[in-house]
Amino acid sequence: MTEMVHGAAPVSVGEPLLPKWWRTIDRWTLLCVCALFGIGLLLGFAASPPLADRNGLPPFFYVQKQAIFGAMAFVVLLGCSMLTPRQVRRFGVLAFVLVFIALCLLPVFGTNFGKGAVRWYSLGFGSFQPSEFLKPAFVILAAWLMAASQDLDGPPGRLISFCVTLGLVAILVLQPDYGQASLILFGWGVMYFIAGAPWLLLIGIAGAVVAGGVFAYNASEHVQRRIDGYLATDIDPNTQIGYAANAIREGGIFGVGVGEGEVKSYLPDAHTDFIIAVAAEEYGLVLVLLVVVLYAIVVLRALARLLRERDPFVRYAGAGLASVLGMQAMINVGVAARLLPTKGMTLPFVSYGGSSVIAAGITVGMLLALTRTRPQGRIEDLLRRRGG
Amino acid sequence: MTGPGSDLHDAPAPRRPLRPLARILRARDRGENPDLIERANRAERHDHIRDRARRRAEGRLLVLGLFFVAAFGTVAVRMGTLASSDPAEPVLSAGGASITSARADIVDRNGRLLATNVVTSALYAHPHEMVDIPHAVRELARVFPGRSEADLTALLTSGRKFVWIERTLSPEQVQAVHDIGDPGLLFAAREMRVYPNGPLAAHILGGVRYGREGVQAAEILGVAGIEKAFDDRLSDPAMLADPLRLSIDLTVQTTMREVLEGGMKLFAAKGASGVMMDAHTGEIVAMVSLPDFDPNHRPAPLTSGDQADSPLFNRAVQGVYELGSVFKIFPVAQALDEGLITPDTIIDTQSPMRVGRHRISDYRNYGPELTATRVIVKSSNVGTARLARELGSEKQREFLGRLGFLEPTSVELVEAPGAKPLLPRNWGEIESMTISYGHGLSSSPLHLAAGYASLLNGGTKVAPTLQRRDGRSLGPRVVSERTSAQARAMLRSVVTEGTASFGDVAGYEVGGKTGTADKPAPNGRYYDDRVLATFAGVFPASDPEYVFVVTFDEGHEIVNGEPRRTAGWTTVPVTAELIRRTAPLLGVRPAIEPVVQSGLREARNGR
Repeated sequence: MTEMVHGAAPVSVGEPLLPKWWRTIDRWTLLCVCALFGIGLLLGFAASPPLADRNGLPPFFYVQKQAIFGAMAFVVLLGCSMLTPRQVRRFGVLAFVLVFIALCLLPVFGTNFGKGAVRWYSLGFGSFQPSEFLKPAFVILAAWLMAASQDLDGPPGRLISFCVTLGLVAILVLQPDYGQASLILFGWGVMYFIAGAPWLLLIGIAGAVVAGGVFAYNASEHVQRRIDGYLATDIDPNTQIGYAANAIREGGIFGVGVGEGEVKSYLPDAHTDFIIAVAAEEYGLVLVLLVVVLYAIVVLRALARLLRERDPFVRYAGAGLASVLGMQAMINVGVAARLLPTKGMTLPFVSYGGSSVIAAGITVGMLLALTRTRPQGRIEDLLRRRGG
Repeated sequence: MTGPGSDLHDAPAPRRPLRPLARILRARDRGENPDLIERANRAERHDHIRDRARRRAEGRLLVLGLFFVAAFGTVAVRMGTLASSDPAEPVLSAGGASITSARADIVDRNGRLLATNVVTSALYAHPHEMVDIPHAVRELARVFPGRSEADLTALLTSGRKFVWIERTLSPEQVQAVHDIGDPGLLFAAREMRVYPNGPLAAHILGGVRYGREGVQAAEILGVAGIEKAFDDRLSDPAMLADPLRLSIDLTVQTTMREVLEGGMKLFAAKGASGVMMDAHTGEIVAMVSLPDFDPNHRPAPLTSGDQADSPLFNRAVQGVYELGSVFKIFPVAQALDEGLITPDTIIDTQSPMRVGRHRISDYRNYGPELTATRVIVKSSNVGTARLARELGSEKQREFLGRLGFLEPTSVELVEAPGAKPLLPRNWGEIESMTISYGHGLSSSPLHLAAGYASLLNGGTKVAPTLQRRDGRSLGPRVVSERTSAQARAMLRSVVTEGTASFGDVAGYEVGGKTGTADKPAPNGRYYDDRVLATFAGVFPASDPEYVFVVTFDEGHEIVNGEPRRTAGWTTVPVTAELIRRTAPLLGVRPAIEPVVQSGLREARNGR
């Protein structure tokens, strides 16, 4: 209770919103994300004209479109980053419900764009891929459940979140979208790990993931072809991965030069899943390493800031969001580098695609919101410990 | 909290709230609300749990951070190694999935071309990229007379994005299609197998077909003959520059085909076959089967009827026949080799000869007894049957086995292993007697040629081959040199004074044996008006160099209104013509007969 005393200095009701935001936000992460998006646009200039040409559109049609999506994503990002953790939680859980419904209705209204999996809603001006939005929303939901389970007499949040995870993975596998399914599983695993999973159980989960992979290999020809292509000792240069690997080699350290690359005209997914190959060919290893370092900075800074976090929900949600983002980037680059079997996974912010970039904006926006510096009661804690 | 700070790390959560009664009672005494104490306890416990979770999470967040550092590091290193490695040249494909269209040439023994690859194009279309399909269809139908406009329209409007139109195009057709100028009509690089000699050696070469087809290349696969038997060798990238050299002599092959074709017409025969083989090495210098085909346009196999009537059927290798009297030399030679007889031993040839309920008789009755040589010269079934009975079936079987009559020939044709000789199910006395004159055992003309070569070349086994051999290597001995010489002398007598008198070719000492075998009818008996007429032999008889086997299937000649079917009238004169033409090509030196005998006077300078 504030006591109103005459003559006392007026109590400030709060800092103005924007200065507070700027003071508390992780500006390095913001900078990294801007840089990544800039690189994405730059690569879009290189990678998308062949596609535009194929579709009979003006050469920079997709770049313009991406710039518009990027602007939208940025607005979303900034908006999300201004939320309080509580608002993040509410927004995330609500979004999860909506996205989940959209995901369930995919088989009815979705289209597959001739790519072998029903993952998209066609919206006329563009397409909408619910599973991209599912990831941040799911992370928030699961973090909420897990944090709640740590309260005294809290609900069995871990079990519930695990059930939700399994359900989602099942739906995604049915699409089939093993890439997103494994990301969801990975995100949940990270949160459970942070929330104090017993080591034995973690090993068990790792085993289950391996078993699931084997099942996917045996059950789906789609997956089988990709994994076989990955396991083949020498790359078949006629596959996407073969072209990508060759493009990386062609690029060398400094690239073949702007606009000189060829891989973009061979690869149907040059502007999305294999954007990094375009980067490697035209700008060389330098740009690839820059991209990797930018993602690493975003992830590691988020984790570092979460070290000081006292609120379990923020901790779990932040770790989950950062991991999902980092893992997605790593899988994308790892596929092009032939470290991982081919998965249809975009490079957040860099790849072309409205769903992808806006979802990435939401993810990083929430991450920024959660990693904002807040009064954490650290002093109280220290005092208590010392005086204890 | 009272305990020392370090306890917090290890000690379990303080259980104080479970022991609240003392405090609560004390509080009650003091008149305080015990619920507050309870709440304070709860809050403390909650904080404690949170603290513990947070400390654990701190460690785990560090682990997670390390994981990401390691993972991003791995990706970066991998990218680095990949970027610093040399780019692979974009090849058509890698590993076992490659389509190779290259194929080595096939040449004859003198290096003349029998089969080669020619670069050509295949035509395919991307209908969705075509600008004017009706126009293109009209023009294509003009360029490819075999294609109708309706078919082409159906093909190009089927909704598919990729359709093959023609497999192989001539350069003129390529130009004509270019002139249509439609961007959706595209050419695929092809290599085409070409047999520049057309049907010559068609059965030996076999043929090819396209295997897997791609836009850059199409696989060429052997389907028959040498092409299939040597498929791996011919498509081996390491040996492309190395043509496969056959034992065939193109000139002799051409001559043989020409002569046999003439004979076939003359005698209205259903088919003919000929084998000319080096007597010492087993190299087949010519092998013809008629009717034949053009391997550039290999016909489809017959879908009904007897495959032996198809032009694809190689009579010399695949056809197994009862070859008749040409077999008679085998029991006689075996008896000579065993020392049972000499060429002058008298043999009982009383015809007919009764064996159980069977009766063996000669074509004509040649009297009650003949010398061994005369048995061959006159071709007496009874004489050889008696010799076979003397020798016994076991020994006969063993002897024919040594000559290679019990197994398929080892010649390098994919068809050869399928041509198993037909042996009697029960090789008893009567069977051995019929086999002695060439009935009851069916074998291919090539078997016979190899058998004759082994017997007559001095007595060492030869295996027939289509690959050129350098130098001879003696095989295992089959009969003694003396037996071989005696057998040649007998065969020479057949030509000079016996059934093959039309077979003599001045200077080349042809020796051979005729065989006129009634063809077996489907009812298990023999036709009385269908024969397989064979002439098999060797030249020159005194110094054997080449062995030949020529057969005509169902040939006959009408002389004075009477049909003559015996080999002496049909096959022998044709063979004589064949030898007359080919012996000089083969480099066989004719023995110049004394001038006086020739009835000519030597030209001399004089007045």
